[in-house]
Amino acid sequence: MIEQYSEVVQGMLAKIAGLKSTPEGAYNIRIDGKGAERQDSKHIKITGKTDKQGIDIHIEDGTKDETMFIPVVVTKSGVDDLVYNDFYIGENCDVTIIAGCGIHNCGCEASKHNGIHTFYVGKNSHVSYVEVHYGSGNGTGGRILNPQTVVHLAEDAVIVMDSSQIGGVDSTQRYTRVNCDGDRSEALITEKMMTHGEQTADSELDVYLNGQDSKARIISRSVAKETSSQVFYPRLEGNAPCFGHVQCDSIIMGSGRVKSIPAIAANHGEASLVHEAAIGKIAGEQILKLQTLGFTAEEAEEKILEGFLR
Amino acid sequence: MLELRDLCFSVPGDGKRIDILNHINLTVPDGKLVVITGPNGGGKSTLARVIMGLEQATSGSILYNGECMDELNVTERARKGISYGFQQPPRFKGMKVRDLLECAAGTDLGKEKCCHYLAQVGLCSHEYIDRDVDASLSGGELKRIEIATILARKGSLMIFDEPEAGIDLWSFGRLTETFQAIHRSHSAAMIIISHQERIIRLADEVVMVSGGMVTGHGSASSMLDQIQSDNNSCCCI
Repeated sequence: MIEQYSEVVQGMLAKIAGLKSTPEGAYNIRIDGKGAERQDSKHIKITGKTDKQGIDIHIEDGTKDETMFIPVVVTKSGVDDLVYNDFYIGENCDVTIIAGCGIHNCGCEASKHNGIHTFYVGKNSHVSYVEVHYGSGNGTGGRILNPQTVVHLAEDAVIVMDSSQIGGVDSTQRYTRVNCDGDRSEALITEKMMTHGEQTADSELDVYLNGQDSKARIISRSVAKETSSQVFYPRLEGNAPCFGHVQCDSIIMGSGRVKSIPAIAANHGEASLVHEAAIGKIAGEQILKLQTLGFTAEEAEEKILEGFLR
Repeated sequence: MLELRDLCFSVPGDGKRIDILNHINLTVPDGKLVVITGPNGGGKSTLARVIMGLEQATSGSILYNGECMDELNVTERARKGISYGFQQPPRFKGMKVRDLLECAAGTDLGKEKCCHYLAQVGLCSHEYIDRDVDASLSGGELKRIEIATILARKGSLMIFDEPEAGIDLWSFGRLTETFQAIHRSHSAAMIIISHQERIIRLADEVVMVSGGMVTGHGSASSMLDQIQSDNNSCCCI
């Protein structure tokens, strides 16, 4: 029962997974490096790994319209959590997986969570994967998140990944790899990042378009405030007749720094790949437009960022 | 009522000041529609931007409902009821058409209300309400959404800078009907910068601005006659 957890944990679960009460269906909640609570559903079975930390999630063929939750919360200083979660999604499924990690660190030692997720998406299945990362607490210890996500898509399989880092994470090193192996498989990836203070964020992303008529669309939106810095390496490789598009947009504020290094590689004559990248301040005309609607310059800036990172 | 008193605006250039607006005097009574026309580069758009506070007048005064606007910034003028439609509106990545309309209205708008404002500029709500205000919109679509924000804002003084620019003939007809309806309702005063005869004909008063000065003013018919007799090519007639 979510209600049994501390206020901090409950606040984090609401923030990262939208959980305000115990969800129906399958879920696995991990707190301070240990499994805290778990529930299966009729079609989704979760089992703990025996050789290392983590869980295996098996989703039956034909599972439709189910949502499962696997949030992680760290509330203690000095925690170094490494977890391996493997998802085996059957054929003809349509499921939503809500992940996310929140670190609340009030101490002086760094707290760290490394989530290694691997997805095997079966034929003709559609998976929505939502991941929110957030940090809070007034300690001097760092809040560090290093997620790795690897996805294997079978024929006609689709994954829609939406990951956001909404603030408070001191350091992140993110790696994502999607193998569009099946014919007509598709990956739609949206990554949103907000850094401030002296935070750093590195994000590497590899998408391999191996299946005939496979597709990928990658959208990266980021805001670097104050003296924070971000580096993005989105890479697309077309090894079959395929289509891929990478779009990276960043807003810099104060002395924020962003480096965006998209790469596209076509290894097949029928591969069509596009990349776009833009970095800059908020356009003055955008602020002026909202000022003509009665917003102050500060309110306008906030509104523009809210839309940009939505 | 808007009163412009001896309004001047200049910019630095080549070691001296370049005058863009020269001693402009103009009154726009409540509920009236004033069209400002004149040749390109004559200072019309600058005048509109100075009224909104997007540019600061070098000298002279702007009074709105008897209150001096000179020290007020854009936000403060907007909150006094002055609204402004950009000639080239900015795009907002991630912001939906509905968000922008709600920003303008200052409140949540139901789908029906959004539909109402979009229909007034000839856009189908179902098609546009959830679209991003970004590069996926054409210049004409963006312009019509810009005008819809001014309608949603419901200011007491609406300023439109070349609202017809980039808008197709069919939508333009709908737009002139909307201006006409606002005018008839006397719900707001309007200043429209335009070169279009159909818009000029809606005006209570037409003001010719050229070389940064008011070079003529009068009724729509008299000013159109004058423009034709001057063989002035600024007007699309």
